[in-house]
Formats: sequence, structure tokens, C-alpha cells
Amino acid sequence: MMCSLALFPPPLSGDGETSQYNESNTDPSVWFEDSPALNLYFPRESLKPHSRQESSSKSAFRDHCETLYTRSAGAWRDAGLSGLLNEIANSSAEVPKWLGVSSSCVLALLRWVSSFHSSLFPHLTLSSEEMTAEFSQVLDWSDCAVRGFAWHPHTQKCAVALSDDSIKIYNPKSATTPTLKHRLQRSVAALQWKPLCASALAVACHNCLLVWHVDPTSLSTRPSSGCAQVLSHPGHSPVTSVAWSPNGPLLVSASPRDTALLVWDVAVESCVPLHRVGGGGVTYLSWSPDGSRVLAATPSSLFRVWETRMWTCERWPSLKGRCQSGCWSPDGSRLLFTVQGETVIYALTFTDNPGVPLMMSGGPKAATVVADLSETTLNTPDGDIMVGGEIQSLAWDPRGERLAVHVKGDAGAGRPAMIAVFKTQISPAFKLLPCGFVQGEAGTEPRLMQFNPNYQHGAQLTVCWSNGKITHVPFCFMSAGNPQPGLGGSPSFPLTQGRPADYNNQTLYTELIS
Amino acid sequence: MFSSDQSCWFVRKVICWRAVASMAWSVLLLLPTTALFVLLSRFSLFHPILWMSECLSLLTSASAIFSFILLCGVVLMVGFFNLEYYTVVPSIACSKIALLGQVLHPRQFVHSLVHCIMGVVVAWCCAFTIGGRYRSLGHPCTQDESSSGPEMCLNEYHLVLLLAGAFIGYSHSLVGVVYNMNYVSFHTMQQYKYLRFKGALPLVVKASAVQALYCLRSFLLLYFFMGYAPRAWICKTLDLSINSSIHSLDSVSSLLDLSLLYHLWISGTFLLLTWYITVLLFRIFVTEVYSFPVQSTFTEDAHQCLPKVITGTQPMILKFLALQDLALLSQHSPSRRLEVFSLSQPGGHPHIWTALSKECLSLLSDLTERLVAHHDTVATNGRAKSQSTGSNKRSTTSSEGSVTSVGMEDMKTPRPSALIRTPGSVFLRSSVGAGLRTPLTTPFTPDLDSPFSSPALRRLTGPLEPQGALSPGFSSIQSPHVMRRGPKLWSASTDSQLNGSPPPSPGPAPSPSQAQLKPSFLVTFLQNRKDQLPEASSQALFADSQVHIWALQGLSHLVAASFSEDQYGIVQTTLPTILSTLLLLQEAVDRHFKLPHTSSKPGHCSCSMGDDSYKTLRFALRSTLKTAVYRITATFGGHLHAVQMSAEHRKRLQHFLEYKE
Repeated sequence: MMCSLALFPPPLSGDGETSQYNESNTDPSVWFEDSPALNLYFPRESLKPHSRQESSSKSAFRDHCETLYTRSAGAWRDAGLSGLLNEIANSSAEVPKWLGVSSSCVLALLRWVSSFHSSLFPHLTLSSEEMTAEFSQVLDWSDCAVRGFAWHPHTQKCAVALSDDSIKIYNPKSATTPTLKHRLQRSVAALQWKPLCASALAVACHNCLLVWHVDPTSLSTRPSSGCAQVLSHPGHSPVTSVAWSPNGPLLVSASPRDTALLVWDVAVESCVPLHRVGGGGVTYLSWSPDGSRVLAATPSSLFRVWETRMWTCERWPSLKGRCQSGCWSPDGSRLLFTVQGETVIYALTFTDNPGVPLMMSGGPKAATVVADLSETTLNTPDGDIMVGGEIQSLAWDPRGERLAVHVKGDAGAGRPAMIAVFKTQISPAFKLLPCGFVQGEAGTEPRLMQFNPNYQHGAQLTVCWSNGKITHVPFCFMSAGNPQPGLGGSPSFPLTQGRPADYNNQTLYTELIS
Repeated sequence: MFSSDQSCWFVRKVICWRAVASMAWSVLLLLPTTALFVLLSRFSLFHPILWMSECLSLLTSASAIFSFILLCGVVLMVGFFNLEYYTVVPSIACSKIALLGQVLHPRQFVHSLVHCIMGVVVAWCCAFTIGGRYRSLGHPCTQDESSSGPEMCLNEYHLVLLLAGAFIGYSHSLVGVVYNMNYVSFHTMQQYKYLRFKGALPLVVKASAVQALYCLRSFLLLYFFMGYAPRAWICKTLDLSINSSIHSLDSVSSLLDLSLLYHLWISGTFLLLTWYITVLLFRIFVTEVYSFPVQSTFTEDAHQCLPKVITGTQPMILKFLALQDLALLSQHSPSRRLEVFSLSQPGGHPHIWTALSKECLSLLSDLTERLVAHHDTVATNGRAKSQSTGSNKRSTTSSEGSVTSVGMEDMKTPRPSALIRTPGSVFLRSSVGAGLRTPLTTPFTPDLDSPFSSPALRRLTGPLEPQGALSPGFSSIQSPHVMRRGPKLWSASTDSQLNGSPPPSPGPAPSPSQAQLKPSFLVTFLQNRKDQLPEASSQALFADSQVHIWALQGLSHLVAASFSEDQYGIVQTTLPTILSTLLLLQEAVDRHFKLPHTSSKPGHCSCSMGDDSYKTLRFALRSTLKTAVYRITATFGGHLHAVQMSAEHRKRLQHFLEYKE
């Protein structure tokens, strides 16, 4: 299999803030036209994470003797049946012997069943925090100062979730930067602005979803928690991913512990759970930009693609690992996804037949490999460097001309995490061309990336770095038509010429039949 | 005449068939439900083999088939009642009197009576199925003396089961009124019928189990105190004697018989489950999307096309389905959109688009007027100041008479300063007689979270009427006007009962005195029953807002699609009207949400079959409206500056263009 990264231009020795090999080395002021650049910096020391260990606060209070009944009621409320049984089994002195023994037996039986269940789905043994860290799109989520970032889809405005469980909203046109805090806003895993709305921001929290309504004209820097709608559903925690429908009022949310995908009608705060057997949960969601399909990844080697007209789904089983990340082309016809433990990018093509069940609509029969990012060595003036590895996340710019691939790397093996950028072309045929690498300051690695949907001159990739900085990397190009080869001096050639005879079992870089 | 013709074809061809299909499925589902009931009701832990074999032999016996046929009959009856009583616009009773009126309405009385009887029938089937001591109403007395031959004694277990069935049947009907169980709501998400049913089934099972538990509790209380009456009556009519050797069941010890409780509960759950499944299937079938043709090549089918169907008013379900279809086609179906944007073949007129957009716009401006009128009434606390602006443009039912009467009243009505209140106090009734009344009301106020009160202005005038007493001549002018306008503005259906209950008209005393308020305890009592839950007025205002939501979605998607798909530019001609209508509505909705109690979200009652989605329709409407405006501004962007509109609207639109709303 051909290694794609070998054909990339080698990165420069990283002395600049951001070195990118691209068309533009424009100065930052052009990034935001007339407004100041949103180059943000959140040093980790300035963010005090809340020590919200429940056990620690417990020790501050004196032990209070409640009756068994009160405690049982509390346990039932907090932890359900197993909590109740646990409470009864633990207070054997106060209950009749038969009750204590029988509840111990039932409890043991429950544990045995649940251990069987979690042997099927090993992720269920993780704690909520670990689960969020595992399934988040952010690299090394628990250690990260910036845990989430979201551009507003229509206007220059962004929301940044920080490790102290607050969210800050930056708008270059306004002097106020509202800080959103809420009692329930803990361990934020993802956030997204509602399309076709100025103010609504959905936040995936520890055990609920919050939808903030931040009035853009308000001068308040601390919107009250009354501005947030709390959407919670039993068993739906932790929430690791949210996605708004691009043209409607619907919001989908996913939790690795809940086998159901929840579709919320946010205005009326009601939800419809979509249960399907298999997978053991839902970890990552991505709504296609044309609104017709939703990718739902599960913790096991299976993902689903829902069509949103009648909400039926198509199963994609038998991967090598779980689906780690995915992104849609702007027209919603093509899905790129990556699998944990593999270094390749797969593509699926959908014919546009919403409403018809996918299986009948001539959907793709198999995913094709379009790029391979396995480790390779590049020669630079400073010596050889290793690049490549497992893929953390994917991002496709809204015009469909640049694809950013966040490569996990391996610090021990001397391969830093980095972002590789491809040029893409969707029509007439799908093509991937190498573009370059995005690197940060020495010693920093990218943690999170997102394309700015409102950049006029091409594409702009926002990267959150491990030292708490957020920078914006512009890629300037003529948006109409095909990308001009050699516009910015980067070598741009098809990685290999696709051969029609073996296009579906060889690596595919140029798709001739769509 | 045309509309009746139309309703005929739709109800005959679509709704009836859907109802029949749903009933057929309910009957089919009755089989597994009954089998499950037999298994659970005869459950015995220690004799599993005996249990299974008994159940099998019972299920295959001829008598079981007879009772199954009875159950089928009951389910068909329930299905028929669903079809007959369903509504797509909930009737929101805003006062306790209105609710009482609903409950005592002859139509509802028939409903309750029939459900009561059907409850008895189902309970009889249950008793028969469970067998054992429940088997029959009478059994030969087994006294030791056995002197007087084969005398029949009353089997009280059987009687209790039958009475429980009757009670649950009646309470099902009653709770149905309170929680609007006949209201059929439409879902935002489209799903296939099977998947929707599968998703809702666990909730239905849970709801029926919980509801049966609550009913059982109330029934046992009732039986404990009143049980002797039906027992004695049955004994007398059927000439049965009471077995004195067995304790009667209306004692604490015999009612706490666990096996009896279990059998009562499982029978109640079975009863409610079969009925709820019928209701659920009916809702799922009747709200299924119906795709109307946009245009027809044959003139005899022209009345079935979307532009014709959407303008009709009767039956409501037809209008709802038509608007739903419009909203869906505007989003998902480019080919059908193309038909909407097409021109008529001879003549080249955009008839389809004109008809659709006109209907949507008239719906939206209707809502705007409703909101403006409501707001004016609340804000001015009944001083008929600018109501004429709200009502004289009404297109549908407003008669000139009402307009002129408003105008006349405008001049005639004295405006006592005592009437000026803040909008908040309108509902709180903090002044004058409130202190006197409050202690009286509290004990009578039942804890019903159902919306209370009459429609429309009734809930506004309720608080106002005592002030009529303050100003001589005021009430005489105010109330007839209000009477006339109430049903028109809010189209709630419960008005008839209320018109009967006269507003209290105390004597023309110039000042409020204790003496004046005291004598009519009944009046104050009625007055308080008429007090509205403030939220109910807002709910009633938006009761049919599902059509407005679809109209907004349909319009905005069509306008957005026209940017690239409208070849003849027909949408452009209507764009200024659409924008101004949307912005006017936006303004009215914003103002409405500034009123007290409108922004508070009602709590969800999850364990009931009643659909309370009508309580939150106003929030859905607000967000849909904003999204609709944003959809148009996001698509057209700066081109909107070329659209003609007033300066105020331009300013408003600029906010939307800058994403500052």
C-alpha cells in the first residue's frame, strides 16, 4: 500500500509560530478582514479545574445518621435498583436477615450479569471522565486546557470550552466576552452552535445537554443559568457528541453508555430515542452538511449511517476497530472516516436518494481506502523526521477543497502529533492531493482543529494547541472550480493515477467512477 | 358545499381506511396481549409445568375463544370511539367550570358510559380467564346446615373485579378529558409506523401499569367506603344471598389480600394496555404523512390537489395533513418543488404558488392578529383601546358587526382609573376582592395541572368582571362584547357551557364594599372557578399552532429553494409580503413572550397517555419563526436590501442579517 505522507513536502524546522506549507503566508490581519484576529491563549495555570470529587466534599460533613428508609429512598433515586440493593446489603444490622441476604444475592447476580455485559462492551467499565476522554475528538482530552471549540456557522463568533468547565464566547465585533457557567456544565466533551440561529449553543456535558441562549446584543458577561435549557434523559450520560441538523430544529446527542441515539426537538425539550441493537452505545455524531444523513459511531467495530427523512439506518459492521472520526463532503454525498488502530482514511459514497431506505438506494457496498498515513520518514534540512500514525480526527472545509487530518503521533517513538492537510476535489471525480503539514511551536502539539465556515478567501483552519494557544491557519485559494495546481508553490500532483481496473482494491486517490 | 364534498372524499378514502387499519392491527395485537395476560394472571411459582399446561388448555378452549371475541368487540368499539372523538386541535379548558362543562357534556357522557360498560365486559373476560374464585357471580352456598337446598350466594371477588373494570373504564374516559387524550399530535420527526410503534410500546406498557395502579388505589378506597351499596343492589336484583360465613371484602384485612390485589392490578393493566394500544395505533396511523398531488392532469381530481386542499377548513385533519405535506415537500422533494414553481399551461400564471403562499400568509397573519388582540387586551386590562386594529382586519369569520361594536364600545366605555393595572396583576387578582376570595378558594382548588378556564377573553374577562361592579354601566357593555368575541378569537370549543354561566353582575354600587361581595357566595365561587391558569390562555392561543409551524417551514424552505430553483421569478413578487408577514409575526410573538407566565415551561408528565405537546407549541413556533427568517436571510443575504419594505422592517431585517436577533 502506498504511503501518502511520503509524497508530502517535508515540514520546515519548526521555529515559527505556525509553519504551513501552503499558498499563503499572509499576515494575521487578513484572517478576520477588518476585525482583530482571535488569537487566543489560555495558559493552563490560569485555569483552575474544579475539584469536584464527590468524596472530597463528603468528608467535610459530619456523618449523619438517617433512617434506613431515607437512605434507601436516596439510593433508589441516585443509583436505581443496584444502589438500593447495595444500601440494604450494607446495612445488615438494621434489616431483617432474610432481606439482607436476598438483596446481597440479587446484587451479586446483577453484578455477574453486568460483568458479562461489560465483557461484551469493555468501554462500560470506564468511568465517565475516562469515557469522555476516550471518545472525544480532542487529543488527550483530560490534559487539555481547551476542551472544545466551535465556530458559529454564519458569523464570526466562536465558543471555547475550557478545562475549568466554563465556556467563553468571543466575537471580534463586540467588546464583551460572555462566560458561561452552569452547575451541570461539567466535563464538556463537545459544543456546537445552532445553524440558522444567532444565539443557541449546544453543549455536551457530563450527564446532560445544555442549550445556551446567549443574546448577542446583551452586554452581560455572565449570562445566568436561566439562559440554558437543560436536556437530560435517563441513562444518557456522559454525552460525548452533539450535532445540530443543518436546516432544522433537531439536535442529536450520543452517549457511549446509551444504546439509543437521541433526537431532540430543542424548542419543546422532547426527545425521541432511536434504539438499535448492537454497538453498545454511540460515541460520535456528524450530520452531513446537506442535512440528509447522520454518521453515528459506536464503541465497537460498527457504525451506522442514518438517513434523516424517515430515520432508518444502515449498518457498517466488521471494521478493524471502532470508528474514530468522520466527516462529510459539503454536498453530503461522500463520507470519509477513520478507524481506531488503523492509519488509513476510508471513503463511502452515497447516491442522493433521501427517503428511500439506504439499502435499496444503491448505497455503497464497501468502503474504499483513499489515503494511507502510516509512518514514514521525511528528509528535512535538520535531519530526518518521522511523520504519520493513527488518526485522531478529520475536518473538511465547508467548500470541500481542503481536508485536515489530525495525526495522533507517538511522542515516545519520536513522531509528534501533527496535522496533515490534503487538497481535495469533489467533482467531477473525487481527488486527494497533498498540501502540507501544520506545525505549532516547538514542543507543542495540536489538540483540536476546526475549519472556520465564514472565511471568505479560501479555508481557515483553527487549531487549539497543547499549550493553550488557539491559532488560525489560512489557506487562500480560488474557491470556484478546481484548485489551481501549483498556486502556492506546493507540489501538487495526484498521488497516484488511479487505474480503473483495480480501483476498488488498490489504494484510491483519484476516483474515476463515482 | 365544496368543502363538504371535499371532506367526504378525504374522510371516506383516507381517514376511515387508516382507522380501520389501526383497528385491525389492534385486534391482531390483542392475541399476544391476551396470551401474556393469561400467563401472568395464572402465574404460580411452584408449579411451573401445571401452570403452563393449564394456560395452554385455557387458551385453546372454546370458551376462551368466546371471551376473545368479546374483547375484539371491545377493541373495535374503542377504535370507533377514537375515530369519532379525536381532534387535532386540543380543547383547552381554561377554568374549572369549563372543565366541568366538558365532563358533563352529553357527548362526553356517552363516551364515559360506553367505556364504563366496556370496562365491565373486559373485567368479565378477565375474571373468566383468571378462573378460580373469580369465575362467576354466584356460587352455591356451602353452609354446613345446607338446609334450604341449592341457594346461590354472591361471589364478591367476581363483583369486585367487575366493579374495578367499570371504575377503570370510567376513569379512563374522565382522565382522557383532563389530559386531552383524544388530541392527536404530529411529530417533528418522520418515522415508519412500525418503528414508531416499537419505540412507543414500552412507554405505553409503563403508562398502563402505573395508571392501573393509581386507579386501583382510588377504586379500593371507594369500595372500602361505598362497597356495600352495589353489593346489596346486586344481591337484591339477582336474588342472591350473601354468604355469611365469608367475610365481606370491604374490610381492611380482606382488601389487603395480595392475590386479589395482584389480580385486580393485572386485569386493570390488561384493560388499559389494550385500549392504549388502540389509541396509540390510531394516532400513528392517522398522523401518517399523506402525499397530495401538487397538480393534477384531470379536472375531476383537481379538488384533491394540494392548493385546493390546503385552503379548506373542514375537516381539520385534512388541512393539517396538507400543511404537513407542504412542509415536507418544500424540504425534501425538489421535483415537487418544481411543480410549485411552475406556471399554468395556458395563461402562464403561478396559480399553485399563489394559492399556497396566500393560504400560508393568511394563516400567519391570523395568528399575528390573534396575538396582537390578546396582548392589547392584557396590556390595557380590558380597556378596549386598540382592539379594533386587531380585529377589523380579520379575514375569516369576523363580521362587520363585531367590528362596529368594538368601535362603538371604544367610544362608550368609560375608563375608570381603577382598571389600570399592570399585566401581571391581571392574573394575580391582587386587589379588591381577592383577599376575601382567596381563603375561600384554596380548599376547593383541586390539584389539576390541566389547563383550566374558558377560551379566549373569558380568561381575560374573568378578572375584569368584578371591576364591572365598580363602574356602573361598564359590565353591561363589556360582557356582551366579550361574549361575542371569545369564540371567534380563540376558537376554543368549550365556550358553549360558559356562555350559559352568567358573569356575576353585582348591583351598581359605586364602591366595592364587603357587603356587596359577601352575599353571593355562589357568585364568588363560580368566579373563582372561572379564574384561569394564566398559562392556559397562552396555550389556548397557540392550540392550533402546528399549522403555523408547517406554514412557516413550508414558506421559508420554498423561498430559500426559489433562490436557485425558481426559473420564472414568481416567488420574488411575493417576497416583500412574506417578509413583512414574518416580521410582524415575529414582533407579535416577541411581545407575547414578554407577558408573564408565557415563558415558563410546563413540566412533562411522562407516565400518561395524554399528549401534552400542545402545551409547548408556542415555544416550537417561536423557534421555527426565527429559523424561518434566518433561512431566508441566510439564503438571500445582501439581495434583501433590494426588497421593498418599511424602514422599521428593514431595520429588523438588518438585525437578522447581522445575526443579532
